[in-house]
Amino acid sequence: MAGATSLHLGGIPAERFEANPATREPVWVKWAIIITALSFFALFVLMPLIVVFAEGLRKGWDAYLAALIEPDALSSVRLTLLVAAVSVPLNIVFGVAAAWCIAKFDFPGKTFLITLIDLPFSVSPVVAGLIYVLVFGRTGWIGPWFIEHDMKIVFAVPGIILATIFVTFPFVARELIPLMQAQGRDEEEAATVLGASGWQTFWKVTVPNIKWGLIYGVILCNARAMGEFGAVSVVSGHIRGETNTMPLHVEIAYNEYNFAAAFAVASLLAILALLTLVVKTFVEWRAGLAAREVVEE
Amino acid sequence: MATRRALPGFGLSLGYTLTWLSLVVLIPLAAVFIKTSSLTLEQFWHVTTTPRVLASYRLTFGASLLAAGINAVFGLLLAWSLVRYTFPGKKLVDSLVDLPFALPTAVAGISLTALWAGNGWLGKISEPLGIKVAFSPLGVLVALVFIGLPFVVRTVQPVLEDLEIEIEEASSSLGADRWQTFRLVVFPTLYPALLTGFALAFARAVGEYGSVIFIAGNIPMVSEITPLMIITKLEQYDYAGATAIASVMLIASFILLIAINSLQAWTAKRTGKSK
Repeated sequence: MAGATSLHLGGIPAERFEANPATREPVWVKWAIIITALSFFALFVLMPLIVVFAEGLRKGWDAYLAALIEPDALSSVRLTLLVAAVSVPLNIVFGVAAAWCIAKFDFPGKTFLITLIDLPFSVSPVVAGLIYVLVFGRTGWIGPWFIEHDMKIVFAVPGIILATIFVTFPFVARELIPLMQAQGRDEEEAATVLGASGWQTFWKVTVPNIKWGLIYGVILCNARAMGEFGAVSVVSGHIRGETNTMPLHVEIAYNEYNFAAAFAVASLLAILALLTLVVKTFVEWRAGLAAREVVEE
Repeated sequence: MATRRALPGFGLSLGYTLTWLSLVVLIPLAAVFIKTSSLTLEQFWHVTTTPRVLASYRLTFGASLLAAGINAVFGLLLAWSLVRYTFPGKKLVDSLVDLPFALPTAVAGISLTALWAGNGWLGKISEPLGIKVAFSPLGVLVALVFIGLPFVVRTVQPVLEDLEIEIEEASSSLGADRWQTFRLVVFPTLYPALLTGFALAFARAVGEYGSVIFIAGNIPMVSEITPLMIITKLEQYDYAGATAIASVMLIASFILLIAINSLQAWTAKRTGKSK
């Protein structure tokens, strides 16, 4: 269920539909549709976005900055960066490996494997957190062993990283599999026949071909890794200054009625989301350009 | 095609994929069912059908269904506007459609609450009219509409873009008016994608937690969602109870996943894009 995550390249310019009597609606219908759609969009998407910044700055710049540089907020930023720095590369390695075997080779059970890779997208984040508590918790399968050896997995940083890997699991693979399937294996086979080693083929032929899809998958993966709330909330234990990521810090501040602090940190996450969308739009534009060049050649 | 393996790395990449998938996803997920099997059938039934849990199913599935329905209607209008019309700010709207997907759910949760609470920008208007959104089931619906929107737009939009202009021209030249063309020619091609988008939005909404818990108010029997019931059980150290409810949710997700995969296969077939 890739849904909102696949690279989208755009189609015929809208002017062509509007110029063609067979594909255009009466002007009043057109504007009724646009106004309805945009009102809905403003109400459900635009206003929540604006409110984050308005609430964050309600008490002025000084209060806003103070909320961002207090020690607990800073430690939550550090933990969020650490979690993303570990989980995103692991998902890149997995995504590339999975796409390589699925797209370049034929083997039985391939469709089923793709479904299994998709699985974490359809599991509730709360359930995603729960499964690691079941495995690594005090009464879990291998939890007691880790506790005996003085290693904490759940209610500690490793658990947060594991839960994050789970919820971001399909992002990179989901992006690369259809892309690499569409590209086929001719170019790689040619490189191999000409004497390139496996790694040379991969770095010099495959990686340049999948560059935009890979970047696309990675930024979406990163956004989710930094923003995940439900799964991380279950495994974190909410220890201030230790196991609070930014979204958890937002929750705690909010529940303590410290709204200015909650919205200040929330606004950082909103900026991250907006940056993600900017990079995403740029990648779509570049990938669209590259695709058109291929067609013109 | 014959399995002629000219390229290296099959064993390594498949082996790594299967190992990592098992360790991170499959084995931990299996823990849910194994833990649940420690309950007798009677205990399982008792835990998963208490009135409070039943009320949470009704809210979670009911609100998700309604939210997905609302998104199907307005998502289609939005996708149509983005593909077929020119209007100022279109590029910006097109990029921001994915915001609910990129914005952390906790941020969405607190901002929707601030917006719809009695003293919020929209709550100030709605509450004097007798419409209480924040801290009521309606708040759950609003949050689920927010997070589901990109799924419908991004599923319908590419299909709409690939629609062949000639089919509509043919329909028009044969004397159909615009509404007939839409109803009889365009919509049947769009329908599988719309249904897929609906199902994706529904599946996402059923499991959603972060954006909902702040605005829901979490009143027992009224505005508690099922994922919250799992958290509540966990906080009482009732692991078996939490796991039993989780297994109900997992089964629902599996059924939805299978349904969505079939829908996507249908969409691909209908739009002539089979693999």
